[in-house]
Amino acid sequence: MNDHAPSRDERIAGLKGLGTSRRRVEDARFTQGKGNYVDDMKLPDMLFGDFVRSPYAHARVTAIDAEAAKALPGVVAVLTADDLRPLGLHWMPTLAGDKQMVLADGKVLFQGQEVAFVVATDRYAAADAVELVEVTYEELPVVTDPFKALAPDAPVLREDLQGQTEGAHGPRKHHNHIFTWEMGDEDGTEAAIADAEVVAEEMIYYHRTHPCPLETCGCVASMDKVNGKLTLWGTFQAPHAVRTVASLISGIAEHNIRVVSPDIGGGFGNKVGVYPGYICSIVASIVTGKPVKWIEDRMENLMSTAFARDYWMKGKIAATKDGKITALDCHVTADHGGFDACADPTKFPAGFFNICTGSYDIPIAHLSVDGVYTNKAPGGVAYRCSFRVTEAAYFIERMIEVLAIKLGIDAAELRAKNFIRKEQFPYHSALGWEYDSGDYHTAWDKALKAVGYDALRREQAERVAAFKRGETRKLLGIGLSFFTEIVGAGPVKNCDILGLGMFDSCEIRIHPTGSAIARLGTISQGQGHATTFAQILASEIGIPADDITVEEGDTDTAPYGLGTYGSRSTPVAGAATAMAGRKIRAKAQMIAAYLLEVHDDDVEFDVDRFVIKGAPERFKTMKEIAFASYNQAIPGLEPGLEAVSYYDPPNMTYPFGAYICVMEIDVDTGVWEIRQFYALDDCGTRINPMVIEGQVHGGATEGLAIAMGQELAYDEMGNVKTGTLMDFFLPTAVETPHYTTDHTETPSPHHPIGAKGVGESPNVGSVPAYSNAVQDAFRAFGHIHAHMPHDHARIWKIADGLGLHA
Amino acid sequence: MTKMHLKLTVNGTAVDCLAEPRELLIHVLRERLNITGPHIGCETTHCGVCTIDMNGKSVKSCTVLAAQADGATITTIEGLSAPDDLHVLQTMFREHHGLQCGFCTPGMIIRAWRFLQENPDPTEEEVRFGMAGNLCRCTGYQNIVKAVLAAAAEMNSAKEAAQ
Ligand code: FES
Ligand code: FES
Repeated sequence: MNDHAPSRDERIAGLKGLGTSRRRVEDARFTQGKGNYVDDMKLPDMLFGDFVRSPYAHARVTAIDAEAAKALPGVVAVLTADDLRPLGLHWMPTLAGDKQMVLADGKVLFQGQEVAFVVATDRYAAADAVELVEVTYEELPVVTDPFKALAPDAPVLREDLQGQTEGAHGPRKHHNHIFTWEMGDEDGTEAAIADAEVVAEEMIYYHRTHPCPLETCGCVASMDKVNGKLTLWGTFQAPHAVRTVASLISGIAEHNIRVVSPDIGGGFGNKVGVYPGYICSIVASIVTGKPVKWIEDRMENLMSTAFARDYWMKGKIAATKDGKITALDCHVTADHGGFDACADPTKFPAGFFNICTGSYDIPIAHLSVDGVYTNKAPGGVAYRCSFRVTEAAYFIERMIEVLAIKLGIDAAELRAKNFIRKEQFPYHSALGWEYDSGDYHTAWDKALKAVGYDALRREQAERVAAFKRGETRKLLGIGLSFFTEIVGAGPVKNCDILGLGMFDSCEIRIHPTGSAIARLGTISQGQGHATTFAQILASEIGIPADDITVEEGDTDTAPYGLGTYGSRSTPVAGAATAMAGRKIRAKAQMIAAYLLEVHDDDVEFDVDRFVIKGAPERFKTMKEIAFASYNQAIPGLEPGLEAVSYYDPPNMTYPFGAYICVMEIDVDTGVWEIRQFYALDDCGTRINPMVIEGQVHGGATEGLAIAMGQELAYDEMGNVKTGTLMDFFLPTAVETPHYTTDHTETPSPHHPIGAKGVGESPNVGSVPAYSNAVQDAFRAFGHIHAHMPHDHARIWKIADGLGLHA
Repeated sequence: MTKMHLKLTVNGTAVDCLAEPRELLIHVLRERLNITGPHIGCETTHCGVCTIDMNGKSVKSCTVLAAQADGATITTIEGLSAPDDLHVLQTMFREHHGLQCGFCTPGMIIRAWRFLQENPDPTEEEVRFGMAGNLCRCTGYQNIVKAVLAAAAEMNSAKEAAQ
């Protein structure tokens, strides 16, 4: 007989709680092809929807003739704006307080805009019918440049807003102007810049791109006319928000709507918004009485749902001669496309771009952002970043490099000189944030040492000398990046989307035999919530993670929450999970005390049990407590062991990190090769190191794509030039480098377990590292700045412009 | 449109079905045969999430017409194993965290399965090159490469032990 009682360490290990590289529970189904994504769904009599889209970027729609399409066998209906108008659904509200046409209402504003919705018995019939819908367009002048859009005689894009001088975010100063957002001290900053010993100025463009998850967006809408209930399955990063919005705009009572996010094949911000396809599917299901599936194809995905970035950032940075930064000014011209559909918290029309002072102690700063309409697709989503933080980090990390060039100082040293010091936390930035915790110098020193920074600089100087002697045609770039993220929106007092407060939630039920189910308001799109949230809980309540089911994404069962994006799941829902766990523990303590016949205060929690203080051999395990909670009458206590927590974070969290990229560049071809990529992340308490590493690899690869070639490019006619994966760069395993990951650990002081969130840091941090590597390679030849993406042709042009091909 | 009669062998089972000749093989598999392991990510042969094994070769099934597939022998992720007897590639993908959202995974694994038959003892570079037709947006490939190399090592040592 084996009566070996497990040691305390064994009991801890058995929980697979915080800090364990627990293998993912999701993987069993995914590796066997048994995932359940929305396009896998099949319902009896299900119909397929498909869009007729505009080939023009700006045109009047004068007639739509759907007769031939309707006559095609298998076609059930063709919806146009005229069909939606009586329901008030031909336009829909956007997340940014603007409105957007669901189907073209008299005109189109971007190529690929939805004009009509065809519903047929299968996807081939629907596609055939799309070809047969005759739309008559009258072309209008196209504006794709936000600066030209603000010219006095620019064509009026949004005729529906004509004469409206007040928008959702204050006054509009031009017919194509959306808002101006200002932060900081304008006069003070101007004065500091005027007085400065050194000022560097640069226009920095963060080009338009797209999150492009491998699964596109889609849904299945099913209106059950018998019980009056609408069910909507789809690729939603925020299912509860979709339910509320669907209820508000359709008039269907919220309890009669069930929204389900099944497995999601990557989101990265693409699946936060509400798209015309969802509305049309719902209407089509109501009209036909049958379930309707809509799945966009890749071209539609790139052309119409959720672009990211497109920020023109004009910066001025002032410093003393020896490199102490004294002021920062930034003006952004933000291209929002034809409708303002940015997914930002309501009070932040430019997201958290005011984190653009970065990791530096900058005494005074000023920021203004102008949002502009153009003939491009709407979107402006947080592509694996927390609401415009990526743009901000790229901006400041380029400005630092430009300043270093101007000062003739090493860029690593310039950063160290200006970092917010450890003892300055909590730190109040000049643009209004309270950074919770950080230790930047330690992280930076560790990173520089790990890559052998000084030796790299020597090698680079030798390479330049060899190049000048004609011995090599390759240059070496050292790309530095230090970033501070701001994630976990949150606080409801200043963060909401469409009036929905950005808290999150967790509900836990402990079963009588001591296993559990936890339901959350978030939804995983690959982040592994089913694995990691169980780990948080395991450490909190002493039940092994393997005995805890985590469920998300069904609004009929999950508690209300605002979903997963902006790295908010760990900071907000993770906190809710810990807090709900603590409520369970509090009740368990009373039960244990009763069972042990001592006072509540005489027992204490120990890993997976409550023990009598000073007599640890007398204890009750959580399993025993769970059973007793249901099956034993305990005076003064209700039966059962359940808890729910709605967590409204007191502040956001501020993960940070140091990334360094070493790149070889062939001057004659523009071909680059990454020799080394080092990523140090500090995301506070680490829940699952394996999952964190995976997030860093993935995010840094998205960053690689963005910096080195990925772009949503338009020609002057507003045609999308990169509408397929032929032209839209997604790196393969060949060009993706090997990543070295590292970490420091500075817990968040206000988060129950000190975790800060990590999913988006690698996108935020890596883009400047790659771009800085390219630009740094040419620094010795007088290069200062070139815009991304750095594809081979554009790198070749940098070299050519510097006369290196002579 | 008139349908044609297709005969296929899918995951070891002979199947008959009717399909339009122009239908893409991925749609026949997913919609007519309910084999939803292989996914759709682009329909233009770029992403590889629709990868299957057809007549002993890795094939992107979004670029094969139903008519071209008549008579073919097809293996998809569903045919690789039984739930209680996983293929070593499936085990290694989990062990090395070679997947996140899982959308690319069925195509990745079925490609890796063929690749390791083509090259049973590959270098890291060969794995990267041999898997380059399959895109992943989540993992940055590092752990996929690790998983494939680990599976190769495991399969080779099992082979040696058997000899
Ligand atoms: S769907 Fe076949 S390669 Fe993308
Ligand atoms: S795991 Fe998401 S695309 Fe590969």
